[in-house]
Amino acid sequence: MKTSGLGGAWLALVALAALMAPTPASAEEPPLKIGLLGGYSGSAALFGGQLDAAIKVFMEQRGDVVAGRKVEIIRRDTTGPAPDVVRRLVQELISRDKVDLITGFDFTPNALAAAGLSTQAKMPIIIVNAATTEILTNAPYMVRFGFTTGQAVAPFARWAVKNGYTRVFAIYTDYGPGTEAGNTFKRVFAEAGGTLLGEVKPPLASPDYSAYVQRAKDANPQAIFIFAPAQDHPTAFLKAYKDSGMKDAGVKVLATGDLSDENQFDALGDPALGMITTYHYSESHDSPINREFVKAFYKVARPGERPNFVAAVTYDVFNAIYKIVEQQNGKIDPDKTIALLKQYKAEGPRGPIAIDENRDIVQNIYIREVKKVDGKLQNVEFDMIPMVNDRGVETK
Amino acid sequence: MVALAPRIPAPSVVARHLFLRRSRWRWEEIAFWLIAAASFFLFPGHHVLITQALISGLFVVSLDLLLGYSGIASMGHAAFFGIGAYTAGILAQQGWGDPLLGLIGGAIVAGAFGALCSLLVARLHGAALLTVTLGIGLLCYELANKWSSLTGGDDGLQGMIVQPVLGLFAFDIDGNVGFIYAFVVIFIFYLLARRLVNSPFGLALTGIRENIRRVPALGISVRFQLMMAFTISAAVAGVAGALLAETTQYVALEVLSFDRSISVLIMLVLGGIGNLVGGMVGAMVFIVARDQLAAVNPVYWNFWLGLILCVVVMSGAGGIVGFLRRLGDRIGNGR
Amino acid sequence: MIGPLVNILINGLAYGVLLFLMAGGLSVTMGLMGFANLAHGSLAMLGGYIVVGLMRDYHWPFLLTLPAAAIGAAIAGWIVERTIFKRFYGGKELDQVLLTIGIVSMTVAIATYVWGSTPQPVRVPEFLDGRVHVGIVDVGTYRLFLILLGGLLTLGLVLGIERTTFGAKIRAAVDNRRMTVSCGINVDRLFTLAFAIGSALAGLGGGLAVYLVGLDPSFPVKYLVYLLIVVVVGGLGSIQGTLLAAIALGICDVAGKYYVPEAGAFVLYAVTVLLLLWRPQGIFGR
Repeated sequence: MKTSGLGGAWLALVALAALMAPTPASAEEPPLKIGLLGGYSGSAALFGGQLDAAIKVFMEQRGDVVAGRKVEIIRRDTTGPAPDVVRRLVQELISRDKVDLITGFDFTPNALAAAGLSTQAKMPIIIVNAATTEILTNAPYMVRFGFTTGQAVAPFARWAVKNGYTRVFAIYTDYGPGTEAGNTFKRVFAEAGGTLLGEVKPPLASPDYSAYVQRAKDANPQAIFIFAPAQDHPTAFLKAYKDSGMKDAGVKVLATGDLSDENQFDALGDPALGMITTYHYSESHDSPINREFVKAFYKVARPGERPNFVAAVTYDVFNAIYKIVEQQNGKIDPDKTIALLKQYKAEGPRGPIAIDENRDIVQNIYIREVKKVDGKLQNVEFDMIPMVNDRGVETK
Repeated sequence: MVALAPRIPAPSVVARHLFLRRSRWRWEEIAFWLIAAASFFLFPGHHVLITQALISGLFVVSLDLLLGYSGIASMGHAAFFGIGAYTAGILAQQGWGDPLLGLIGGAIVAGAFGALCSLLVARLHGAALLTVTLGIGLLCYELANKWSSLTGGDDGLQGMIVQPVLGLFAFDIDGNVGFIYAFVVIFIFYLLARRLVNSPFGLALTGIRENIRRVPALGISVRFQLMMAFTISAAVAGVAGALLAETTQYVALEVLSFDRSISVLIMLVLGGIGNLVGGMVGAMVFIVARDQLAAVNPVYWNFWLGLILCVVVMSGAGGIVGFLRRLGDRIGNGR
Repeated sequence: MIGPLVNILINGLAYGVLLFLMAGGLSVTMGLMGFANLAHGSLAMLGGYIVVGLMRDYHWPFLLTLPAAAIGAAIAGWIVERTIFKRFYGGKELDQVLLTIGIVSMTVAIATYVWGSTPQPVRVPEFLDGRVHVGIVDVGTYRLFLILLGGLLTLGLVLGIERTTFGAKIRAAVDNRRMTVSCGINVDRLFTLAFAIGSALAGLGGGLAVYLVGLDPSFPVKYLVYLLIVVVVGGLGSIQGTLLAAIALGICDVAGKYYVPEAGAFVLYAVTVLLLLWRPQGIFGR
């Protein structure tokens, strides 16, 4: 009795293999197929939600047909930092689904894993988030629309010295992006004449920050520079920072926008107030395009989710895709696409953006302070470094 | 009164007969390998997926050698897989990109580390064993993360150049060469594993699993046997890791992750423990189901995965292969 | 010099108490029934979400949500124990490990479905949100509250186990299950009760953890390793051992981060492995 009931489950499992037969293509106008890679499960699921909502917003405004071709999104779950999965997904998108272009990409290792395939198959890939500077170096068909860690950190280090934060203690997570952020900050900060009082590198699994914060406190700094991934790190850091008494003593927190992601504000609460962060987008960015974007985002997003940089960048990416498809009369030729993207300039929810010869993003970097606006925590922009390139150098 | 004695066959004959029966190919084994080979033609768009499923299958078989035949549960088996992957990856990065060399390197380094670990864990069991193997796995992950000059750390190992197989067949984008290469290597290792478990050594291991106290009475050193099993298992896991590195041409920290240690356990139980082919089947179903569930509803595949796992364990049916066998027996008896 | 040291001790102690609350029930489960319940962290997560949910949607005060978290987790634990876990007592350890990992996987997905993947907020009352100046150091009141509450609970638990009949029965069952059964004690029921109490502790621990370390659906996975280490190092079934291991782990973790931050989690894992190689049965295990 027991076995026969389960038999159904087994057969269903085995039958899954049958699902693998290729899907028949529609006979009419070929759709424009866009592969979309992002985290949709586990702790990376926030990323996927942002991708989907931004695309919905964009399609509601612009329709889902461009240059006569219906846009078909093929979304795939990276499941987190999983390069072997991603490489397989990219390979399948190219050779089975025959996509015209791939976008998305959350974590750096995932983008690096796809670089070789992109070159081999001449597949244009537009990166939404993976932020390590080196990704594009050996990948002539990859273009980045997000940001690089150095782009956000280098001008921020100069800004800090210029605004009187000369004695700083650095805390950065001990993994790829953290090391890049930490090293960039140290270098640029020293060049600008700042004094680094010390540094500490918490491991990625760091549920408790009190010891690191204690070290910072011993150094008696004017400010702490911190880089840590979103999720549990910011909460733990801010608790320890507040408990240490440094907040009351007026020691400032300088961080990248990872620490003040709009979607974390509820979890962070008021301890986040006063934090100064550097990033390429904030929900409160004051422009007509962004106001409309934010309004539309709340209509389509899952409850409780707020638009962040991923959504803003995704919007820009689709804007660009539509434009280059129109310019090529409904086609996507790899070399032409990359050539067109290299001259791409537009205005998006985050402000003006441009792509340079290195296929990397040039954009404004905003200095923001966490404040309460209409009862809601927001990153309020109060300073801006215009048109910074991927190496953190101002181009204007 | 005629003496009955001559009718009883000599013990050696009985033993040989039993060995033969044990080592005979069962229908589900044949079916699996036929389907796997045929899938090259049936699912041309899924070569990479099936390749990765086969590689996971070899990894699961390596765990089965340890867990299914000698009863040692390891919660950190990804350590050996990852070490194999990094060995092959670093070799290829340094200009030693011959795939077979990578396999051998992966097997040797992972096997050596396995031998070292076996010295530590041979006397542990139960929760302590689980925690120590878990700890070893986490240690390797941390080490690879820290030692970024060698491993590339969190960004992964870059610059691997894998040469064509046998100097003739370059890895192509559709994954044809990768598929055939992995299939052949894994099939050979499967045959070797089969031979091993059906050898006196394998029987001794099963003896340890069934009754650890009586084995020494047969003149077998339990400790030595377990250490051997651990080393062999680690080396096979290393080969699987090397295969993944070569077909992916990229190695990231994820090869050493806790998730991978857990999912290999899940695949083993899903397929059925202690019969080798169960590991291959479990990996195939797991990887394909994960891919399909994720494509249908990427957000919640964890739920279905967990549910399937619970159902398999609660049914006590010995995984998919156990169920198929019983089904086969029932059909056989129904005639 | 002294200031940081005292601070480390206090912070480590608070963290250790948290770990103890979450791991205590697991230790009893593993010691008493030999049941490796890797889903114990899911019960803690449930407690966390009960606290968050009641405060957000029903505006309960924080302190009232804590008992609710304990009760909610106890009920959930009781149901799962009665319907599923009890079939696996005395079964293969591997089956238990896999079954409970399956449950972890499902709870992670359910939590994502119900609460989303974003970290959840919790607001604690003013008096828990501040700092107090004790002698030469500043200490967060929440950490003091944790230590105090944890201390009281531990005292209650130890007394309960050492002084009550129920505790005596549990100790007896951990020592020698067969003998206990033959004395006419219903070990099954005893265990259900112990399981529910352990779940309640986990729920409470989860509820208390939210403010300090945050809460998102990957909670049970993240703490699985820590809980296992605490329980196994402390010795299965030993409350004192678990407490000691949890506090030692908490303090070592915080002190290690302060004095040798380069080492990261490496030290923790290495010490665990070495300890278990030295004493496979744990510090207090037999």
